[in-house]
Amino acid sequence: MTERENILARVREALKVPAPLPGSHDDVRSHSIPPVAGARQWLPKVGDSFEDQLALFAKNALGLKADFQLLNLAEEMRQALIRLRDSGSWKRVACHSGPLTDAICPMLDRPLLRTDRPYDVQALEACDVGISECDALVAQTGSVLVTSRSAGGRALSVLPPHHVVLARREQLLPDLPAAFELLKRKYAGNYPSMISFITGPSRTGDIERILVLGAHGPKQLTVLCF
Amino acid sequence: MTTFATQFTEQAKRMTRDLRHRQIIRTALHNYEIVRDQRKAAFQDWPTARQAAAETKWEAINHLDQHLVAFADKLAARGTKVHWASTGAQARDIILGIVRDKQARSIVKSKAMTAEEIHLNEALEHAGFDVVESDLGEFIVQLRREPPYHIVFPAMHLTRGEISELFQRELASAPTDNPEELTMIARRVLRKKYITADIGITGANFGIAETGMISITENEGNARLTAALPKTMITLLGIEKILPRIEDLAMFLPMLAVAGTGQSLTCYNTLYGGPRQPAETDGPEEFHVVLLDNHRTELLADAEQRDALHCIRCGACLNVCPIFRNVGGHTYNTTYSGPIGSVITPHLRGLQDWKHLSAASSLCGACTEACPVKIDLHHHLLQNRRNAAAGKPAFFERLAYRIFGIVANDPTFWSLAKKLVWLTQPLQKLVQGSALDPARAWTQTRDLVPVARESFKDWWRNRP
Repeated sequence: MTERENILARVREALKVPAPLPGSHDDVRSHSIPPVAGARQWLPKVGDSFEDQLALFAKNALGLKADFQLLNLAEEMRQALIRLRDSGSWKRVACHSGPLTDAICPMLDRPLLRTDRPYDVQALEACDVGISECDALVAQTGSVLVTSRSAGGRALSVLPPHHVVLARREQLLPDLPAAFELLKRKYAGNYPSMISFITGPSRTGDIERILVLGAHGPKQLTVLCF
Repeated sequence: MTTFATQFTEQAKRMTRDLRHRQIIRTALHNYEIVRDQRKAAFQDWPTARQAAAETKWEAINHLDQHLVAFADKLAARGTKVHWASTGAQARDIILGIVRDKQARSIVKSKAMTAEEIHLNEALEHAGFDVVESDLGEFIVQLRREPPYHIVFPAMHLTRGEISELFQRELASAPTDNPEELTMIARRVLRKKYITADIGITGANFGIAETGMISITENEGNARLTAALPKTMITLLGIEKILPRIEDLAMFLPMLAVAGTGQSLTCYNTLYGGPRQPAETDGPEEFHVVLLDNHRTELLADAEQRDALHCIRCGACLNVCPIFRNVGGHTYNTTYSGPIGSVITPHLRGLQDWKHLSAASSLCGACTEACPVKIDLHHHLLQNRRNAAAGKPAFFERLAYRIFGIVANDPTFWSLAKKLVWLTQPLQKLVQGSALDPARAWTQTRDLVPVARESFKDWWRNRP
């Protein structure tokens, strides 16, 4: 027998005796809670209107020390990016091809490294910023949902010291259940090899539980949304 | 055979007197308690979410055979090589085999308690490979050549001063007592490692059966870099990490964050479903997933305590445990410390050798209350005590209770015994605390309440 068969045989043997239902040690008597389907009723509250959700995303981003800029036009996004370029004195910029990045990144007037074609990791590490699109923004947690397909692979959103996300308002989702619904709808059967919820810039509390930003990933996260 | 127990008692005695250690742990956990409670309060219904999470894990564990098959087959279908290991030794051999096959020069590793469990780093180093821990806390304890202090906060027992001294000694860095500067020193050292490493090794927080993916939760981005840059990625996970559906994460990710660190969501929650796919330009060319049993199926066979396999390793039970907070993580001398470690270690490493951990509890139940998946921790400690006693009855203890039973059942014996105890009491005073003292176990650290000359019964009968 292979180890797979050995382990599965032991699992099946072990499961012949049923286990008590969860909560049997306290006063829970009914076990009819539909898992997950109910998650939305238990998770932190998200407002009903789009404006509420947008405000919640902004509030969460602030708490996470991420920079969220709500803009009105694509043109404003270009200007915001140029301001970031100047304040961060970007010399080298990394990005990938996409409708928003293609429209805006070339105007930055900086050498562009594209990660959606074969690229050199050392060169990406030397970039001052990684600019990517995303799959969604999640109001409930202030998260940015990226995948290897939508955001230029695995490294672009985590290797450079500053990650800038370009997003559109209609990408805002209320909560985490909605984000998983989107993933299933968009990719079921053919998922990208990496899916990541990014919630603020990289952080650590490993030294005396004191918050430090930029442990290994980006020190700064900017979300530009129009 | 009592060496582990003696070690535990001696170290616990030392640590409980170490007021500096106690202060460090209290300070470290103080803020956690505040933010965790705020995040719990932000949930519309935390108790129901806990119950639902417990039921989801129950469903996963009690149909583990089906879920494991689906998980492994889905992963394999997208080009992942899935390995099965019954023991820690097999898992080490599998990983060593891959590393040798790739002729690896350097290995970068993100946090994995399962790797601690099978002593993977020692095995890799012994075989001549250079492996570096990339999680900051793990990096620090690796430099100190000691195991992690806590399953979520590996270096919480150290002050910035100690870390600075360590970095000066091991990395030749300049002295600083600024946590940010210390973090940046580690960042610079590890950046080079990610870029040059041939192999990345990670753990996993969840395995999704429905889609064949592993899920990694982290704050620093080190696991994401470990899974992005090296050409070969190896993930080691216990077979109990399975969740049935991808959408289960909508609840488990925030609950893990709240219970683990008091965050609403950890910074990076990432799913990996395979190696680099066609049309992708980065990520590993090879992805290996090693599924580890290592006595988990024995715990699975204990239906009464099966729910201990629901554990999502958030560390919440450690943080609230009065024993953990006073004796500290290293005193346990186990991979998994605190209440969950005290429950599962006897199953993973032998009941008789580790039964002393069942007594490392005040039975206050704070652990059970803190557990986001409602593991019945403090009752499992009692069950382990019962099982240990049934497996190896203590002769003298049984004899003593038998005699006590006879005496207590007979009114004549009982009143005689009361008189006798009152009379011999002064003798006990003479030897109190010494080896001759029959009540030594008690009197070493406590006063013995004197027996009254007249019992309540006598007083009642003789009252005027």
